[in-house]
Amino acid sequence: MEPSYVNGLVGGALIGGGSLLGMIVTGKVPGISGVFGRLLRPSTNETGWRFVFLAGLIAGAAILFRVFEPAAVFRVPEGRSLIVYAIAGIIVGFGTRLGGGCTSGHGICGMGMGARDSMVATVVFMIAGMATVLLFRTLIVGA
Amino acid sequence: MKQNVLTFLAGALFGAGLAISGMTDPTRVIAFLDIFGAWDPTLAFVMGGALIVFSSGYFLLRKSKSLPCDSCDPVSIRLIMGAILFGVGWGIGGFCPGPAIANLGALHVEALIFIPAMAIGMILVQRLFKLDA
Repeated sequence: MEPSYVNGLVGGALIGGGSLLGMIVTGKVPGISGVFGRLLRPSTNETGWRFVFLAGLIAGAAILFRVFEPAAVFRVPEGRSLIVYAIAGIIVGFGTRLGGGCTSGHGICGMGMGARDSMVATVVFMIAGMATVLLFRTLIVGA
Repeated sequence: MKQNVLTFLAGALFGAGLAISGMTDPTRVIAFLDIFGAWDPTLAFVMGGALIVFSSGYFLLRKSKSLPCDSCDPVSIRLIMGAILFGVGWGIGGFCPGPAIANLGALHVEALIFIPAMAIGMILVQRLFKLDA
C-alpha cells in the first residue's frame, strides 16, 4: 500500500479518536465549522471549550509539522492565487454554516452517528467539490 | 481543569491526524476531488480510518456516556444548498475548515487569508438566518 494511504488511515484514526473524545468531554458534536462558527456569534455562551479545542487542533498540527516530515508538505494548487483563497473562504464559511456542517461535522461525526442528512450532505459536497475541481482545471488552469 | 485538558487533547489528536494524513496539503485534497485527473484516493483512507474509530466508539459508549443523539433532521433545501456551496468552495481552494485552521500552525498565508474570509461567510449566514436566536 502507498505510504500516503497508510498515513491517511493512521491520521484518520486520530481524527476519529479526537472527534470521539471531544464529543465525550463536551457532550457536543465537535464538527469544526460548528465549533468555529459558534465562536463568532454575539451571544457568548460556551465559548470556552471551543477555543480550547481549536487551540489544541492548531498545536497538534504544529507539532506534527515539525516532527513528521511528510506532514509539513504544503503545495498551493495550480492556479490558486490569494484572491482565490479569499473567495473560497467566504463560500466555505457560508456553505458550511448554511448546511450545518463540513467534512468533520457531517462527514465524520454525522455519518459516524448514522445520520441520514449527514450522509446526503457528504455525498452532495463531494460531488460539488469534484465538479468544481474539474471546471477549475479545464476553464482556469487549462489542463 | 481536567475538562479543559481533555478538550485540548481531543483537538490536538484531531490536528495531529490532519497533519499526519497529509490533509493540510491543499494539493492532495484537490487531487482527491480530481477524479477525472491524476486521482489521489488518500482522503478516502482518512475518512475510512476516522469513521471506523469514531463510529465504533460512538455506538459502544453512547448509552453509558449519554452522547448526543442524531435527531433525524430532515434533508432540507437549506442543507443541500449549503453542501453544494461548501463543496464549491472546497474544490476552489482545497481547504475545508479543519485543515485551514490546522495550517495556522504553520502560518501559511493562504490559511491566514482563508480563515477571516470563512468567518465573514459564517457571520453572514448567522445574521441572515438568525442562527443566534
